[in-house]
Formats: sequence, structure tokens, C-alpha cells
Amino acid sequence: MQPLDYLKETPSQTAGPFVHIGLTPNKLGIGGVYPQDLGDSPIREEAKGQQITIVGTVRDGAGMILRDALIESWQADAAGIYPGNDPRGAADPNVGGWARIIADFDTGEWVLKTIKPGAVPYPDGRMMAPHISLWIVARGINLGLQTRVHFEDEDNSACPVLGRIEHRDRVQTLIAKKTGPDNYRFDIVLQGENETVFFDI
Amino acid sequence: MTANSEGDRDPLFFRDRDWHPAAYTPGYKTSMTRAPFRPLVALGSTLSEETGPAFGQSMIGALDNNLILNFTGQPAIGERIILHGRVLDETGRGVPNVLVEIWQANAGGRYRHKKDGYLAPLDPNFGGCGRTLTGPDGSYEFLTVRPGAYPWPNRVNDWRPMHVHLSVFGSGFGQRLITQMYFEGDPLIARCPIVRTIGQEKAIEALVAPLDMNRAIPMDCLAYKFDVVLRGRRQSLFENRREGM
Ligand SMILES: [Fe+2]
Repeated sequence: MQPLDYLKETPSQTAGPFVHIGLTPNKLGIGGVYPQDLGDSPIREEAKGQQITIVGTVRDGAGMILRDALIESWQADAAGIYPGNDPRGAADPNVGGWARIIADFDTGEWVLKTIKPGAVPYPDGRMMAPHISLWIVARGINLGLQTRVHFEDEDNSACPVLGRIEHRDRVQTLIAKKTGPDNYRFDIVLQGENETVFFDI
Repeated sequence: MTANSEGDRDPLFFRDRDWHPAAYTPGYKTSMTRAPFRPLVALGSTLSEETGPAFGQSMIGALDNNLILNFTGQPAIGERIILHGRVLDETGRGVPNVLVEIWQANAGGRYRHKKDGYLAPLDPNFGGCGRTLTGPDGSYEFLTVRPGAYPWPNRVNDWRPMHVHLSVFGSGFGQRLITQMYFEGDPLIARCPIVRTIGQEKAIEALVAPLDMNRAIPMDCLAYKFDVVLRGRRQSLFENRREGM
């Protein structure tokens, strides 16, 4: 038999407790190496669409709020086009789409100021409801966790990804609650009651 | 940000989760309360994972990949090493223009972090972070000092082997990866509960960088080689084509 000559993906290891040294050194007080941390905002001021603020926490199975969580977000522009390599065309030039968000070192709360993304097609052409993809790392997380933020005030009923969640009561863990005209709350639970849905994508 | 090239948008290879560490690994105590207990929801990649952020050379400073000099301009103390390798995907292709970020303890095993109270002193000239973009063939290179081993609160006497943390982007958000590289011959590797979160011996070997005398610089520094492999992309004429492709 011929060998399949694929390489294996490099195995993941935890980001550990000192991930901020590498990814957001300025926020940790390590100044002078980089002029600024990457991913401070996914948009410029002039970005088209509804400007929104999402606030949340990351909680563990013992109910403790993580102070060391680091989250990256990736999203489309208001028309549902991804910046960079979207095959359907160019995105709003004022949308970078990517952000690096850290839990507050004292309270554990994280904040994402962005614009609400448009719907994006699933591979079969059906539309996925507007969402922001999150990737979560921290001490004790051996492989980055993938989840999505959906919005309470959007029609999520026909989203093919949400439709794949067998236990329907868990869908609500992916829906940000509206707390103001442009404000949402999205609390992530790593383990236990109300555990957030994480994807194997 | 810069545009990725065509073809950098095909579906991703499925992740082999038996190769990666499990989420719940009691030998590494912190994982016990931070591991999801419910099964992951299986989903093939979508546009949301096949696209991803891109970074341009203009964001990278001249000393960003030189951890010996990038904190104060005065040299850090320690064993000088080149850390180099390529970022590849599972099909063996080099992945160009992607961001590689590293962080590490200083030569004594101490991090520049308020939560690190280890006895070993800070080096006033060592910050502990670096970054670079891969070249056209996926290659990257850092100049740094070899980090020291250090003790950590887990079991009574657990020590981390010498290691460098790496964060790597691909061309799709679903390829995002953080890992750690270890050094050939370190007897602490086999004893480390974080290393042992990985079940397969061959997978652990993939995290150990060999000494590379061909890249050492005489009378200056040693070198270690560490390749990083990201998820591949599936190309087939028979794959359902999306609208607009
Ligand atoms: Fe470390």
C-alpha cells in the first residue's frame, strides 16, 4: 500500500497563565517592545453598520470567573463579507474583522466593541444567522475552544449551524442577550450547568 | 491587513482530536474545572473558519524577532539561540505571510509577569516576547536566549521543561493554534504533566525541537529547529462549489 504522505497538525498545548506576555504585552505593562498590541479593535470608526458592545465573562466549572482568559473574535462586515480572503468580494475597508479581547485582570469582564455582522452562507448556500466566531484560550485549556456569538434580536430560527445542536435547550448558550439598544451580554460557561456549546470545526 | 491568496479558502481538514490533548486531563489540575463536559458539536468548516485575519510586514518592527535586544536594546543574559523552522500545512506546503508570536521565561526560568513569584531574578534586559511573519516558503526565525526550567504549582514538585510558547495563525481562523516547543534531550519533558496531556508519544515528539548545528553560528549562538504544522485545506473538483466561486 502507498503511504498517505500528509503531515500531522502540531499538537496544541495550553496557552498557560502568562499568555499576555506574548499576545498583549502592552496591556500587561511590558512596554517598549511593540508600539501597540495587535487586535485592539476589529473595526475603524467609519465602519458601516450598527455599532454594538458585547460584554461578558468566562466562568469555570466551580463558578469562578477567569481573570486570565484571552479570546479572539472573527466576524464579517455588516453585509456579511469577510475581510481578506472571502471568495465573494471585498469587505468594508473599515472592518478588519479580528480582535484580541482579554478578561479584565481584576473583574474578569471582557468587552468587544464592534459592528453587528451580516449573515454569511453555509457551504450548501443556506444562510447562517449573523454571528461572531470566538476562540478562547487560558491556563487549563489544552486546545483553544471554538464557539459563536449570535444575537437575541436576529432571526436565528433557520440557521443551519444552530440547527445542528441536538439538545435544543443548549442553543440559548450561543445567543447574546440584549441589554440596551446597542448592547449585549454574552457569558461563557466552560463546564457544568448552562455549559456553552463549543464546536468541533 | 493584507489579502490572502486564492485557494486559501478551501474547506479545512478535519481536526484529529485524538492527536491533540484531551480537554480533561487530571494530571494538569487546572484543566479539571476548565474542560467542557458536554460533547463538542461537530461541524465541518464554514466560511467563518475558512477565512481569517491577515497581517502585513508594516506591522512588524525590525527587532520584533530578536528577544535578546527587543526590550531595552541591551543584550539579555543567557545561552544565545536561534529558533527557526517553517509553518507548513498538513499537505506539506509552506504557509507564507502568517504571524508567529512567541513568549517565554528568561534564562533563569522567570517570566516578566506580576503573577510569577519564582526566586530566579528578572533580567532587566529581557521582555520575553517576539513576533515575525513567515517568508514565502513558510520559514521563520527568532534570536533569543534559552529559557530556564521552572517550578509551578500543580503537584508538590512539578517543573516545566525548558519551553517556548508559540501562537500561530494560518489563512483561516479555524487553523488558529497555540502550542509549546521543547528542547531535545531535556529530562523534564517526560515528567511534565502539561506535556503528558498529550496521549500519543509520537505527538509529543512533534513538540521537541532538535539541535540544528547547521544553523548555529560559530562563536555566537546555537540553533534549534521547530516546524509548525497547521490544518490543511481540501481541494476537490467534486466539492460543492459555493455561490460566487
Ligand atoms: Fe511557560
